[in-house]
Amino acid sequence: MASTDAVVRSRRFVAGSAGGGLLLLLSGCAGGGPSTLDPAGFGARRVEGFWWLLFWISVVVFVEVMALLVWALVFRRRPDRRVNRSEPTRFVVVAGAGLPIVVLLTVYGIGLRDLAALSTPEVPPAVTVEVTGHKWWWEVRYAGVDGATANEIQIPVGEPVLVRLRTVDVLHSFWVPQLMPKTDLIAGKVRETWLHAERPGEYRGQCAEYCGLQHAHMAFLVVARPRAEFDAWLARLGAPARTPDSDAERRGQQAFLGSACVACHTVRGTAATGTVGPDLSTVGARWSLGAGAVSNDGGHLGGWIANSQTVKPGNAMPPQPVDAAALPDLIAYLQSLR
Amino acid sequence: MPSSTTERGAGPGTEVVERLTAEWAEPPTLRGWFSTVDHKRIGRRYLVTAAVFFGFAGFSALAMRTQLAGPEAEILSPGEYNQLFSMHGTAMIFLFSTPMLFGFGNFLVPLMVGARDMAFPRLNAFGYWVFLFAGLFMWASVPAGAAPNGGWFAYVPLTDERHTPGLHLDVYTLGLLFLGISTSAGAINFIVTSLKLRAPGMSLNRVPVFVWAIVATSFMVIFALPVLNLDNALLFLDRRFDTRFFDTDRGGNVLLWQHLFWIFGHPDVYIIVMPALGIVSAVLPVFCRRGIVAYPLIVLSVVAIAIISFGVWVHHMFATGLPQLSYGFFSAASTIITIPSGLQIFAWLATMLLGRIVVRVPFLFVVGFIVTFVIGGFTGVMFALTAFDQQTTDSYFVVAHFHYVLFGGAVFPILAAIYYWLPKISGRMYSERLGRYAFWLIFVGMNLTFFPMHVSGLLGMPRRVYTYPGGLGWDPWNLLATVGAYVLGLGLLLVAVGVVHALRRGAPAPDDPWGGDSLEWATSSPPKPYNFPVLPRVHSLHPVWDPRTAESTGPGATEDRILTDGRQTLFTSELDGRYERAVRMPEETLKPLVAAIGLLTVFVGLLFAWYWVAAAGGALFAGTLAGWLWPAHRTPEEAGVPA
Repeated sequence: MASTDAVVRSRRFVAGSAGGGLLLLLSGCAGGGPSTLDPAGFGARRVEGFWWLLFWISVVVFVEVMALLVWALVFRRRPDRRVNRSEPTRFVVVAGAGLPIVVLLTVYGIGLRDLAALSTPEVPPAVTVEVTGHKWWWEVRYAGVDGATANEIQIPVGEPVLVRLRTVDVLHSFWVPQLMPKTDLIAGKVRETWLHAERPGEYRGQCAEYCGLQHAHMAFLVVARPRAEFDAWLARLGAPARTPDSDAERRGQQAFLGSACVACHTVRGTAATGTVGPDLSTVGARWSLGAGAVSNDGGHLGGWIANSQTVKPGNAMPPQPVDAAALPDLIAYLQSLR
Repeated sequence: MPSSTTERGAGPGTEVVERLTAEWAEPPTLRGWFSTVDHKRIGRRYLVTAAVFFGFAGFSALAMRTQLAGPEAEILSPGEYNQLFSMHGTAMIFLFSTPMLFGFGNFLVPLMVGARDMAFPRLNAFGYWVFLFAGLFMWASVPAGAAPNGGWFAYVPLTDERHTPGLHLDVYTLGLLFLGISTSAGAINFIVTSLKLRAPGMSLNRVPVFVWAIVATSFMVIFALPVLNLDNALLFLDRRFDTRFFDTDRGGNVLLWQHLFWIFGHPDVYIIVMPALGIVSAVLPVFCRRGIVAYPLIVLSVVAIAIISFGVWVHHMFATGLPQLSYGFFSAASTIITIPSGLQIFAWLATMLLGRIVVRVPFLFVVGFIVTFVIGGFTGVMFALTAFDQQTTDSYFVVAHFHYVLFGGAVFPILAAIYYWLPKISGRMYSERLGRYAFWLIFVGMNLTFFPMHVSGLLGMPRRVYTYPGGLGWDPWNLLATVGAYVLGLGLLLVAVGVVHALRRGAPAPDDPWGGDSLEWATSSPPKPYNFPVLPRVHSLHPVWDPRTAESTGPGATEDRILTDGRQTLFTSELDGRYERAVRMPEETLKPLVAAIGLLTVFVGLLFAWYWVAAAGGALFAGTLAGWLWPAHRTPEEAGVPA
């Protein structure tokens, strides 16, 4: 119900304010981006409702001001007009302060109510996600689970999930527009927010506090799925990584374990236990490489390993001198880690 | 209600004018160019320099918009983009908006209050040179690839030595500390000029709104700027000498930076917008052929904004996790501050509704201002509301919001001011046709650039990203914004063309082309070095519309308002504008320039860690200052000691 409302309203919004942009908006909507106007979570829905209230108040006041302006420009411009020298102080006070105070008090009250509603979930969350911001990726762990993933947060749908936020370097901001407003990650502090997805789906999130060179490539995906699927996924996350099936994957694993990769990356159940970069135990199943820099496919993976600096300049991973012959095996191995 | 120029012409005789000219004229030599203390020349220089910096910052924006026209573009590298957006913001705020408005203040405040110069003409010259050098200091870092790259807000810990090595942030902290000297000097000068140098009879309730706005702004500068200076000094010390103010690992606090920055930063929004609102209050009534409605309310609004603006800074930090109670308080204060602006909007509308409107280019820009500033005001209220703020802050929605406030609220009035006062400043009329083309290009371009950003922000696009993936619904809005940016750029170019055209080919401007009400229209275009042959006596809020003003400068004018013995102007009492005494004004001098060069040397030395150079610069500065302040040798009679 609410989502069709949103579509109807966003059409009105376009018709009212951007005129000829209608076609463009529709073409834009086809992508299904991380729109705050297409909420799928408790917090974002609350703010979306608030936005439309504020929007329509603004439209009404704007029309009022423009009507007065146009009236003056049309009717007070004739050369035969006599200048009226009265001082309508009462009009100015009522229109400029009296009416605004009433409107502002109202929206302020609603704003406080929404702020309170956003501060704590209605039921205590059963799942806690530990998210750590790095320049420029998100480390994702779950309380009580020994595994880690990156730039992807799986949550059960239909219940609140606590998200604990830390940063190891600079400030970042955790933002999933369709689920919840922002929470800044502050150096030296642990921040908390919560997500409550109302329907299964994938919701794009992105760092919203400028964090340096690759601030543009610090995206993540929140995947909301039914509780049973989530539990299975979480169990998989805590288990050792898959062992290679094919010869190519085995050769790839050898190459991996024999290279500098292990100094920075972990693959659970192997000798690779580095903690500088993302845990690669499930890298093959992830939605992207480099926190949204490129899609996760064989070609991009090879390019990333050989020289990620051409893909995401400034990221912490130096170019790897991998033998061209060994690269396909390495790719096959990493893609098998799901 | 234009005044009659013939009456004014019947003022003091040619002998008086000759003596005044001899006293006040500055030699047309190269040395004279560098040593001037004339507020009008200094004001013009502020305007031209700030306009050039606006051009640099504008081209930075065009480069960014070109990069963002489509997804995954590679026109700029991430490093270049981050430097450009940081310099765009820093320059627009610090090197364009305030100096531009201070430029108008410099030119206009002495004229509007009926004085012959600013209270401290040499300090005024010094302020300009410091502004120029600080601006060049910061812009020179761009071709060197060492421009600030931490955003105009420079949040720690990103901007500390560990995360951003190199000179980038040292240019930022030192450049702003350097520039702050100029801004503070200017603010003090405006306050003293407006309180002590007003024409006799100009009690506080007869001071033009523009002057009120400049004075209120100056008080805000004096209270807000030290906080920014402190913040920058701490960051410089952290970066250069490893102090630990912002290092959480060693007992520092990163939010301290944000608090200090925004305790300055939010008042600064009004430091920019308020003189611009003053311009609107000066221009709009003249084209409505009546005095502004509710003058006392407007003045009270100005003062109220100046005070309340110091209590709203936390709305820039609604996502940082401060206590809910604190959010509630700052949300309330941020909501309340819109009311004085609302009062002013309706006072202007009432003025229009009661007047007889004459549409000229300055008025068009005022109308453009009202339309855009109102939209910026709506989104401003939205950002005062914590929950909404948390969703849209740091998205393109906020970029749209503050461009409606700052472009709508400051640049439109500045453009109105350029067209409105160009005849007074240059003595030439601009081309109305060119001006109208420019207005429409700018109005359409501005809205086309910034309106779509509301939408891309609501669609989840964060700000300060050098690129974005396609297919998220952001592409068309970004393309529209880029097209708009080029239209806007073309319009602004046309303004420059219009000004050059006016200077070269413009018809000579009459003294009072618009029928204005404030005292700058009571003198010649451009004004003579002494501004007024006879300092007028003021009897009402609209002196030029009041025949008694012209009478006061007519044949019956007394010697105590002509003052031909040396450079002199008048002291009057702060509140009532009662005649106190004549005061002597300084001659032109090179000392302000030399002092500014000394300071430049200090800051260049600090930047490159050449501390002996900095020390030498400091010595030059201190020595010049000593010479500057050294009391002139006077006999007891000259010093006013009774015999």
